[in-house]
Amino acid sequence: MTVLEDLAPPPRVDVRPRGMGRREAWQRRLPLLPALVYIVIVTQIPFVVTLWYSFQNYFFDVPGAAHFTGLSNYKAVFTSAAFRGSLVRSVVMTVTAVIVAMILGVAIAMLLDRKFFGRGVVRTMVITPFLVMPAAAALIWAGPMLDPNFGLLNYLLEPFGVHHVAWLSTHALGSVIVVMIWQWTPFMTLIVLAGLQGQPQDTLEAAKVDGAGALATFRELTFPYLRPYIELGILLGSIYLVNVFDAVRLMTNGGPGTSTTNLPFYLYQQVNFAFDVGGAAAAGVVTVILTIIVATFALRMFASVFQFEEAGV
Amino acid sequence: MTALPARDREPGPQKFREMAGNVGWGILAWVVGIAFFLPVLWMIITAFKPESAAETWPPKFIFSPTLSEFRLVFSGVGPFLTHSVIATVGSTILVLVLGVPASYALSVHPVKHWRDGLFFFISTKMLPIVAVIGPLYVIALKTGLLDSLWLLIILYTAMNLPLAIWMIRSFMLEVPRELLEAARLDGAGRIREMTGVILPVISPGLVSTALICMIFAWNELFLALNLTTTNAATMPMFLISSVPQEGLYIAHLSAAALVASIPVILVGWIAQRSLVRGLSMGAIK
Repeated sequence: MTVLEDLAPPPRVDVRPRGMGRREAWQRRLPLLPALVYIVIVTQIPFVVTLWYSFQNYFFDVPGAAHFTGLSNYKAVFTSAAFRGSLVRSVVMTVTAVIVAMILGVAIAMLLDRKFFGRGVVRTMVITPFLVMPAAAALIWAGPMLDPNFGLLNYLLEPFGVHHVAWLSTHALGSVIVVMIWQWTPFMTLIVLAGLQGQPQDTLEAAKVDGAGALATFRELTFPYLRPYIELGILLGSIYLVNVFDAVRLMTNGGPGTSTTNLPFYLYQQVNFAFDVGGAAAAGVVTVILTIIVATFALRMFASVFQFEEAGV
Repeated sequence: MTALPARDREPGPQKFREMAGNVGWGILAWVVGIAFFLPVLWMIITAFKPESAAETWPPKFIFSPTLSEFRLVFSGVGPFLTHSVIATVGSTILVLVLGVPASYALSVHPVKHWRDGLFFFISTKMLPIVAVIGPLYVIALKTGLLDSLWLLIILYTAMNLPLAIWMIRSFMLEVPRELLEAARLDGAGRIREMTGVILPVISPGLVSTALICMIFAWNELFLALNLTTTNAATMPMFLISSVPQEGLYIAHLSAAALVASIPVILVGWIAQRSLVRGLSMGAIK
């Protein structure tokens, strides 16, 4: 691993020599174009269409063409308690799951970084939840694990005075978040572990010789070193967890009531059950705008992930 | 943990204490590992139960294992499995075909605005796909792509391409510059530079990238659920369809969940190092 060198400020290379001709510029651009055009078409066209429908009155189940309704869809979105509620729940679910998964991920990675009997087996067991299909994870948790009548969790908790708790009715949001954490802690562990294993041993040895405690060593040496990895984990984890749909759809179906309805599930319902393409589009546009605002801040905060290495020959 | 000052004075007990500490941490690691693995283990155990033994209180740990639920699962899984394999492999190949040249243009011989390019790709990952699902359905309907594997391949490619470009680019930056210069002195053009130098060096990285793309494509449910019904329904859809409205189904569900998950679990177990390499790259570069 060459992490240490990589984190040092990279030597500045003149990315584009001044004399680069048009021919050279095109030669450089050409390999990029297929991917660029592809992504623009596949991701931006649906968005433009979404923008268009957000100003239309369009229901799947109502015959007749869509027609322009001005801002009424947006008005409906902004006055909708259901939209606001699902927005808040999305934020709560994502933030809680990402933070807890990252704390657990760092702790477990520190454990796995030590030498002990059967380390490979334990690492394999820990990463497995990330590999389980999310739909399978949701259904296994909802049934064999959390069922009030025959679930394994109630059985394991019985000695502690827990009796046949219907987790998905009484602690629905918590249960969904637990499953999100269970699936994404391994992801965080893997990223942090990669960071730990690249950490230079000699500075740690030196700290030990100097009599630094474990906590001080972690705070002063390990944590600053791990920061880019932690930020990467938080960034990628948020991107995927904010879109969590499978666990909500298959464990609680958004309920009881709307207590676990996050934005993805809300939008899914708008299209599939209310057939409200226009309304869902407006909600989608608002979601995208909010995402862009959050993402802009997040990217600034996590600048170290994006300390792009200078490229080029 | 903070017994350091005492250690210097008494080397004998210190050694012992350190060993005891290591054993303690090892036991804790095992407990954590088993706790994380328990739901998966329970899924495996339940999958081998007869249906009548799956929904009991207290849960049964001793029973005569049966393959009957697996037989039932395998009798209906065929088309779903085929669809999933085609969508996963097809989209991963397309990701690599588009991603390798793009990464090259963002790293080895970078375009002028490579930072903006890289940022653009990453930013598309942040747009929630759920926000455009209604219009996506309409577009798919009007282009005749609804419920087709092409649609899934196209969308899964777009879903994985940004992350793949990010990863492949970081692997390309690791290609020693001397190798590239030596190839150039030998008169290698861009194509030969790519096929003769870069691709052989980054091939482990490409495997990592492909692996991660395949995991995400294989496991994807939201798009499949909204945009396919029968002709392109994938394994997660199969899994959902194995939950009946009534009757005992927990053993059957566990068997289906195991069958749906096992390809990715096995590949992930075998390729752990590769997985770590792929995931950690973004932080390093």
